[in-house]
Amino acid sequence: MNNMLIIGQYVPGNSLVHRLDPRTKMTVIFFFVFIVFLANTVISYSVLTAFALASMITTRIPIRFILKGLTPVWFLIGFTFILHLIVTNQGTVLVDIFGFSIYSGAIIQGFAISMRFFLLILVTSLLTLTTTPIEITDGIEDMLHPLKKIRFPVHELALMMSISLRFIPTLMQETEKISRAQASRGVDFRTGPLKERMKAVVPLLVPLFVSAFKRAEELAMAMEARGYQGGEGRTKLRELKLEKRDLLIFLLFILTTAALFFTRSY
Amino acid sequence: MREKLVEFKNVSFRYGEEQPWVLKDCSFEIYQNEAAAIIGHNGSGKSTIAKLMNGLLFPQEGEIIINGRQLTQESIWEIRKDVGMVFQNPDNQFVGTTVQDDVAFGMENRGIERDEMVKRIDNTLKAVSMDSYRLTEPHKLSGGQKQRVAIASVLAIFPQVLILDEATAMLDPRGRRDIMKTVTNVQEERNLSLITITHDLQEVVQAERVIVMNNGEIWDEAVPREIFAKKAELREIGLDIPFIATLSDELRHAGVTITNEALSHEELLEELWTSHSTT
Repeated sequence: MNNMLIIGQYVPGNSLVHRLDPRTKMTVIFFFVFIVFLANTVISYSVLTAFALASMITTRIPIRFILKGLTPVWFLIGFTFILHLIVTNQGTVLVDIFGFSIYSGAIIQGFAISMRFFLLILVTSLLTLTTTPIEITDGIEDMLHPLKKIRFPVHELALMMSISLRFIPTLMQETEKISRAQASRGVDFRTGPLKERMKAVVPLLVPLFVSAFKRAEELAMAMEARGYQGGEGRTKLRELKLEKRDLLIFLLFILTTAALFFTRSY
Repeated sequence: MREKLVEFKNVSFRYGEEQPWVLKDCSFEIYQNEAAAIIGHNGSGKSTIAKLMNGLLFPQEGEIIINGRQLTQESIWEIRKDVGMVFQNPDNQFVGTTVQDDVAFGMENRGIERDEMVKRIDNTLKAVSMDSYRLTEPHKLSGGQKQRVAIASVLAIFPQVLILDEATAMLDPRGRRDIMKTVTNVQEERNLSLITITHDLQEVVQAERVIVMNNGEIWDEAVPREIFAKKAELREIGLDIPFIATLSDELRHAGVTITNEALSHEELLEELWTSHSTT
């Protein structure tokens, strides 16, 4: 499972993309997701693809690793393509198979939609591949900052996210420990009909939940003992700073967008 | 006479109206630079004392004075600056995603400037010899290492009192030794009061004064040597007697004259070979 899907998996590195401010990456990707839907000519698609591929190469993460990581997504892309082949009936009929006509428009449409899909997934997975979860959290906290004015608990949300991230490995270790303990008592997690295996998860989840709640309570007490009293008057160790490279990327992205507007048809 | 830092005056506490009293009319003082220990069996009220000291709980009766301030809802934030606490479970008090984030947490809460934070992180991590782990994530550390980080994060806010609430109970013997050594070092270096809360008599050996708790009451208050001499009574209130103390007791029964109550292997050895050389 872990090596099947790379979305959400960080690959350490020191490339330009890695060092970019998380806010830069998130903003660019946010807008990229929108402008992908504006592309409608071969050249405009090429512009976007060039941008995506260039970013991918700059990360210095092996391309094979990225493409292999997208395996489950390939099926979806393929499926989208075939669906469009069948459903769309614009343009001229190219072939006739068992009463199904494949139109020229369908092929173009199929390619276009699959391409969009591919670009979206590639670019968004680049974010998580090159940014640690905690950087993403910091970025989100900073960008949501204006929402504080309408009493949106930005700081609390960010703290919740970072504590969850911190406890994921701890709870994974715990799950493993419990599953071994239960297996040694004769609980069978691997064989038998699906219904039995689902039932076997119960003795795993119950102790896990009990201990998670106990942890939460102790953590809250430890946090209070260390003077935690909400986001007011707090300073931060981790600081986000926009550098020249961030400006450069913004500029590049604006140029790409401009190029897209010039090359698309209206 | 050293100055009083922590003072409990006739403190009683229970968790609810219908519940039994966990602490009954406890009075004691802890002085500046003192290494004190509070010992007792499970449920004797020793951890409650720790939580009362920095306002995680409030007493129903009596008053608590810390560094000249009476403990009230208003003063708890000031008091928590003076009272640092390390808890039992190494995992459940680690807030940050990395070692340095965790040390920073307490400082962030108190609004300390970033440059100052970086400086203090450096110093405190060195003090507990964890400076080569700054960017390590908690799940890659051992229990003892996590506890050392917990001590560092408490030290970073310059407390007056360091409370170890069963801080070594979940560690292996090596981790336990490491922690005790670290704690002794920083206590000497920083002129802290140290309060070790434990059920293990072995850990009170280094203390200057021991407070023994039993069923929510102070059962005895003395130097470790005097406490160790009361083996039978200690056993009665549910405490484990260290091997050395039992051994010297047995030797005495066997007719060996032992005048001084031995606290460690070395002391017993000293006692034995000197007593033989004179006879």
